Amino acid sequence: MYTLTNIKINELMKIDNLTIPEQSVTCILGPSGSGKSTLMKLLNNMITPDEGQVTYKKQPISDLDPIHLRRKSVMVPQTPVIFDGTIKENLAIGSKFSEEEPPSIEQLTGILEEFQLNKKLNDNASNLSGGEKQRLAIARALLMNPEVLMLDEPTSALDEETAEVVVHKILEYVENKGLSLIFVTHNKELAAQVADHTIDLMKYSLKKEMTTHERNH
Amino acid sequence: MKEIIDLSFWQLLAAYIFVLILILIVKVKRIPREREILLATVRMTFQLILAGYILVYLFENTHPILTLFSICIMQVFAIYNVYKRSNTRINFQMKKIIALSMTLGIFFSLFYFIFIVINVSPWYEPRYFIPIAGMIIGNSMTGITLGVNNLITGMKSHREEVEGALMLGATPKAASKKVTNQAFDAAMIPTINSMVGMGIVFLPGLMTGQILSGTSPVVAIEYQIAVILGIVGSVSLSVILFLHLGYKQFFNERSQLINEHE
Repeated sequence: MYTLTNIKINELMKIDNLTIPEQSVTCILGPSGSGKSTLMKLLNNMITPDEGQVTYKKQPISDLDPIHLRRKSVMVPQTPVIFDGTIKENLAIGSKFSEEEPPSIEQLTGILEEFQLNKKLNDNASNLSGGEKQRLAIARALLMNPEVLMLDEPTSALDEETAEVVVHKILEYVENKGLSLIFVTHNKELAAQVADHTIDLMKYSLKKEMTTHERNH
Repeated sequence: MKEIIDLSFWQLLAAYIFVLILILIVKVKRIPREREILLATVRMTFQLILAGYILVYLFENTHPILTLFSICIMQVFAIYNVYKRSNTRINFQMKKIIALSMTLGIFFSLFYFIFIVINVSPWYEPRYFIPIAGMIIGNSMTGITLGVNNLITGMKSHREEVEGALMLGATPKAASKKVTNQAFDAAMIPTINSMVGMGIVFLPGLMTGQILSGTSPVVAIEYQIAVILGIVGSVSLSVILFLHLGYKQFFNERSQLINEHE
């Protein structure tokens, strides 16, 4: 689905060749600062590499409309952005941006329940806790019916029990709708449990080379 | 109608003594601003004397080129002032956008009012053209300065939100809508506040001037209404144009947020 060839991002990472297969769960592993979020931003064209090419479904990303690409390949950052307004407005904002029909009330209440958000649709979204905001952001991304769901540390603000439920729910969606899931985590156990493929970013990180170099001198 | 009282030298001197008393109070109170008050008073005196002589010359030598030239000088100073009063660094492209939007917004409103609303004859009559242009340009300058500052600081402080919207497939325009709306509000607030207080809290300058010079308050009010509407039009038009072109400066052709706005 995604192929990255001869990618170079100055002083951060160098990827000779990397493929992310379709309809699978891919996990990106690596310590903080190794460029996990940067790799995701390459995939939805939030950034352009200094060198090399990224293709999505065999088409170079540079030939695709970046806005349409981001509607198909939706990324949820580690610290989710909550927009002014109600939970309902936040959940429906993806359809507003893409000027499509908003999700129905049943869909909205259904997804709230599935992600254990015990709130009313008209509640102010800014009053939610960190973990609730994270779940709201994931639910919002799923409501956009993406082809690829990219989650940056999706369970970082959740307790173990909720994290398990949320991961289970996400995987259920991914399977039922035939989505591709790419997620960043530092939790190797979780990665081993759910991922079809893992990408160890340390292999591509230039920062590692720099530290080895620094150590040698 | 009574003749206007022509201020004699001694009367003006009395006004300056008033400022001297103020400086004395400031000094006694140990507020370290006496230098600024003094400098501003001297600067204002020289600028107004110079403006007085230039206006006398322009009124006596009425010519379209002279009127247009004066307006252009005022416009250039206003644009320069916006650059100077902005509290962040503005890059060259942004400077061009400020100049373009101010010029289009101000000239459109000014000519609309001169030709259609007031219907001045001849159109370049400096007695009408220059004071009206001064009011429109001055107010637009304040508005656009606020618009520029709010757009730049807003894009910086709402960066995560803008980026988050882009990740959800928003166009750069939709992603920066909150920031541009806030910048528009901030730019319009002084003009709207002054409209709301007008006639109750204070009598606006143009009207006061006309009344002092013996014009009927009704005529003075008519002019004031026309000019205020011209100001509102010019400020909003300039700011809308600026924001319409300005937000694009924060994105590249791949709809990515540009790292640093320099």
